[in-house]
Amino acid sequence: MSPIRLDIVTAERLVFSDDVDVIVAPGIEGELGILPYHAPLMTILRAGELRVRRGEEEFSLAISGGFLEVRSDRVIALVDAAERAEEIDITRAEAAKRRAEEVLSQHPPGMDTARVEAALRRSLVRLKVAEKRRKRRRKI
Amino acid sequence: MANIRLIRHRIRSIQSTAKITRAMEMVATSKMRQAQQRGLAGRPYAEKITQVLADLAALPDAGRVLHPLLQRRPAAKVCIVHITPDRGLCGGLNASLNRKTASFILEQSVPVTIITVGRKGVDFMRRHGRDVRAEFAQLGDHPALLDTLPISRIIIDDYTSGVVDLVYLVYARFISTMTQRPALWQILPVEPAAIPGVQNVDYIYEPGAEVVLSGLLPRFVEMQVYHAILESIASEQSARMVAMRSATDNASELIDDLTLVYNKARQESITREILDISGGAEALV
Repeated sequence: MSPIRLDIVTAERLVFSDDVDVIVAPGIEGELGILPYHAPLMTILRAGELRVRRGEEEFSLAISGGFLEVRSDRVIALVDAAERAEEIDITRAEAAKRRAEEVLSQHPPGMDTARVEAALRRSLVRLKVAEKRRKRRRKI
Repeated sequence: MANIRLIRHRIRSIQSTAKITRAMEMVATSKMRQAQQRGLAGRPYAEKITQVLADLAALPDAGRVLHPLLQRRPAAKVCIVHITPDRGLCGGLNASLNRKTASFILEQSVPVTIITVGRKGVDFMRRHGRDVRAEFAQLGDHPALLDTLPISRIIIDDYTSGVVDLVYLVYARFISTMTQRPALWQILPVEPAAIPGVQNVDYIYEPGAEVVLSGLLPRFVEMQVYHAILESIASEQSARMVAMRSATDNASELIDDLTLVYNKARQESITREILDISGGAEALV
């Protein structure tokens, strides 16, 4: 099977660029698996985990919302932020999660619920991706 | 004798100035390189988002429901985002940026609101008694996209709420290390027609072309603001590098000249002393 070229870019840098076999992306209307020769597609991504398989190897990245462009041999993810598992600062993500939960439970007046929930979702995704990597490493 | 000491003082003071300018030149060189790399790192995103936007705008039904950021209105009020460095000592860069914005403001027949980024721009506007809608400063040498979001937020909000009908950006375009030119660029409304290179791939849009477009447009504006700021930083640093290099060159030229004068004066005084002594000795004999 011919591989797909996956580029993950943010406004600040190119996070990932390599040939991969399968991509599973968090589309706005649900998880979305992409194999080579997918029909051209343009979709919105929500914050979540973007999983990639390359040969025997499988890994994931934490992304916050963005766009995904799919062509037959090329996939480009334009995202607001993306981190590979090894770049995630777990203590920071945990602190962010606690902060968001605190704000949500106290519910101060004038709170932007959608924004706090988005922040909470982002931190949860980060923790999940980082956690996965830890487990995998222990197995080896 | 006092003359000689004076010259020596001047040489010394110029030498220490040259030391500072040389150090500043080196700092600016490394900062410029960093700024250029940052600009390059963001280029794939910029190219991609521009291309997708052009594809979307080329859709036959794109004109049906016009997104607020694409709506063209008669200009009753104009906004200008004036991007300058925080600091001086970068040649004529600040002056030419301020001149560009000033002449633009004076040309307008409608009221202009001003948003400044960078201290030199605010100072200039204050000096000339202009009201500033918002000012941003101290973004640092390598701002993250997050740092520039408040700027894009203000212009997008002002534009969608109808406070302003046109938004321009003035920034220092980086042409080469030796040349930076102030550039004026219309950022809102977004003009997809001005975007070159439409490819026209038949995409499936999920959940729909309009939703994708409305998610894309604000990001496009944010990206443009961010890039203009990055480019301004690269321009600032290279302008400073060039200015400091010529300052260092001038200093060493001055030192050479002064050293010559100093040596001449010193020799003269020695000759005079010898003449005095030999004259005295002769008188004694």
